Amino acid sequence: MKMEKIVEVQFSEQELQTIEKLKSRYLKPDSVILEVLYLLQEKYGYITREGMKYAADLLGISEEHVLGVVTFYTMFNTKPVGKYHLQVCTNVSCMLKGAYELLKKLESELNIKKGETTSDGLFTISEVECLGSCGTAPVIQVNQDYYENLNEEKLLQLINELRNK
Amino acid sequence: MSIKILLKDIPDYHKIEIYRQHGGYENIRKALQKTPEEIIEEVKKSGLRGRGGACFPTGLKWSFMPKDKNIPKFLCVNGDESEPGSFKDRQIFEFNPHQLIEGILISAYAIGAQTSYIYIRGEYAKWIRLMQKALDDAYEAGFVGEKMKETFGTDFYTNIYIHRGAGAYICGEESALMNSIEGKRGYPRVKPPFPAQYGLWGYPTTINNVETIANIPAIIQNGGEWFASIGEPKHPGTLLFGVSGHVNKPGVYELPTGTLLTDIIYKYAGGVPGNKKIKCVIPGGTSMPPIRGDQIEGLKMDAESLKQVGSAIGTGGIIVMDEDTDLVKVLARITKFYWHESCGQCTPCREGTGWMLKILNRILDGRGTSKDLDLLIDVANNIEGHTICALGDAAAWPVKYMIERFRDEFEARVNRSIKIEIPNKVHSMRRTQVPLKEIKINKD
Ligand SMILES: Cc1cc2nc3c(=O)[nH]c(=O)nc-3n(C[C@H](O)[C@H](O)[C@H](O)COP(=O)(O)O)c2cc1C
Ligand code: SF4
Ligand code: FES
Repeated sequence: MKMEKIVEVQFSEQELQTIEKLKSRYLKPDSVILEVLYLLQEKYGYITREGMKYAADLLGISEEHVLGVVTFYTMFNTKPVGKYHLQVCTNVSCMLKGAYELLKKLESELNIKKGETTSDGLFTISEVECLGSCGTAPVIQVNQDYYENLNEEKLLQLINELRNK
Repeated sequence: MSIKILLKDIPDYHKIEIYRQHGGYENIRKALQKTPEEIIEEVKKSGLRGRGGACFPTGLKWSFMPKDKNIPKFLCVNGDESEPGSFKDRQIFEFNPHQLIEGILISAYAIGAQTSYIYIRGEYAKWIRLMQKALDDAYEAGFVGEKMKETFGTDFYTNIYIHRGAGAYICGEESALMNSIEGKRGYPRVKPPFPAQYGLWGYPTTINNVETIANIPAIIQNGGEWFASIGEPKHPGTLLFGVSGHVNKPGVYELPTGTLLTDIIYKYAGGVPGNKKIKCVIPGGTSMPPIRGDQIEGLKMDAESLKQVGSAIGTGGIIVMDEDTDLVKVLARITKFYWHESCGQCTPCREGTGWMLKILNRILDGRGTSKDLDLLIDVANNIEGHTICALGDAAAWPVKYMIERFRDEFEARVNRSIKIEIPNKVHSMRRTQVPLKEIKINKD
């Protein structure tokens, strides 16, 4: 059985200070939970059980509460994702402009299905809801960046660029 | 004459120095010389109605806030922008962030909020960065925060913070938004009590859309009467119409309310590719009832006119579908969205959206029957009005009205003879779920 390596979760002094500063923006400090989770995800790639426990201790709230929040928001990953997270919007405006065809192309090009990660850990494909970019459909979000007005050619070019990065 | 209040054709207007050159941050100065009540009166006079979807009169909403000065009060600016078909608020973040900030200052003063949050969806990383930059500049110039006292010589000041979401359409619902700011799951709250009584952390709170607030400086500058004279009297001002789908020039167009839908599609958005006919238009984001292509002639785009054709202006997100569009597919996709985004608190919404999706997928697969159409409408009726928040209605309306308005297309889909390609007829027929008499075998 392959054992997941347990990474010890610890924010640096500077990160802790950033969180402290953010706390002062709110009437109650646990409002910073989303920012704590973002930081965990940035640092460790995804949010582990250890990460949730750490967040709970940091904010003085229960682990169950943290778990509830993590699972409510789609942008938090509880499993590892590839180096490039390809998030394909297939909602109506994008669908009308060929988003499903793009998704299929992506799946065949990378030889994985949506929700999966390539074996080299480079790409994960997800189908996502409207990205608020319907005027420049179809749209794919790669990690934080939007790639708008896509077509098959541009998409394949983008994949090749990412592969060679 | 084209009037632009929000997206002006001024280069680099997003920069604080350019904004100031055009009178920026003078309106908050002007506002601070009036009483909060006078500002609320001015906004009431302007007739401004919320741009977040429900068209609620903004001045009236503000007047619900208690006047008590000794309790914390909050303003939340809703930039969750997750309604499919909507992509307008991000234009303000990108091209006119300082007008939004100035609008927040004036609004916060009017309702007595010492703290304001701009809630921006997490996916908008780029626009969060742009907005943060503008905010930093405004803080540095002394227009926001405690320095306001010095800059403007008054007691009033407000802090403005960006709160980023993390991917959840429901957090755009005002009470879910507050729970999200409080660091909880984004569950809508039962109303009443309304936010003006019991809002963030239980204190009086007002929630307004980004576009709503960005209009405020112009109202202070030119007066409520001026604003009320633009567009349709019952729903005045301009709207940021986001046009997407089958048009040649999709994009956001700022036009007065009451602009003809056909003008928006043909004059501004460049018409339909290949000159195809329009089968269906969603006029205000996917939550609003879709209308037929033959309903758009002469239709004005404002709250009252859309009500008359059995739809609503919503967020002004217009999705155009040409004659070749498969509406069953569209409706299934819309329903999938609401099923995915339902927070799960209310049984009718949580279960109903899933059932509707299953039925629609069955029809898509060619296994639907005409009973399914009535069943869909029945489920939709059982969701509508029976839930904590309006997401339930938003899920029910497209189903109800799409089927009602395009009954022929849906009927044709469920009455199609079922063709099954089968190498071993007897064996396959025994396994199929379809009643044998409905099967017509392809002879060739
Ligand atoms: C499911 C749901 C999602 C919503 N999403 C948004 C949104 O993304 N942005 C927004 O401004 N209003 C949204 N609203 C409307 C808000 O609840 C609220 O009415 C609005 O922000 C008030 O601002 P306004 O009065 O300026 O329009 C949503 C409502 C519901 C029911
Ligand atoms: S209607 Fe749907 S989204 Fe709204 S509270 Fe109920 S379950 Fe949640
Ligand atoms: S539908 Fe894809 S960005 Fe809106």
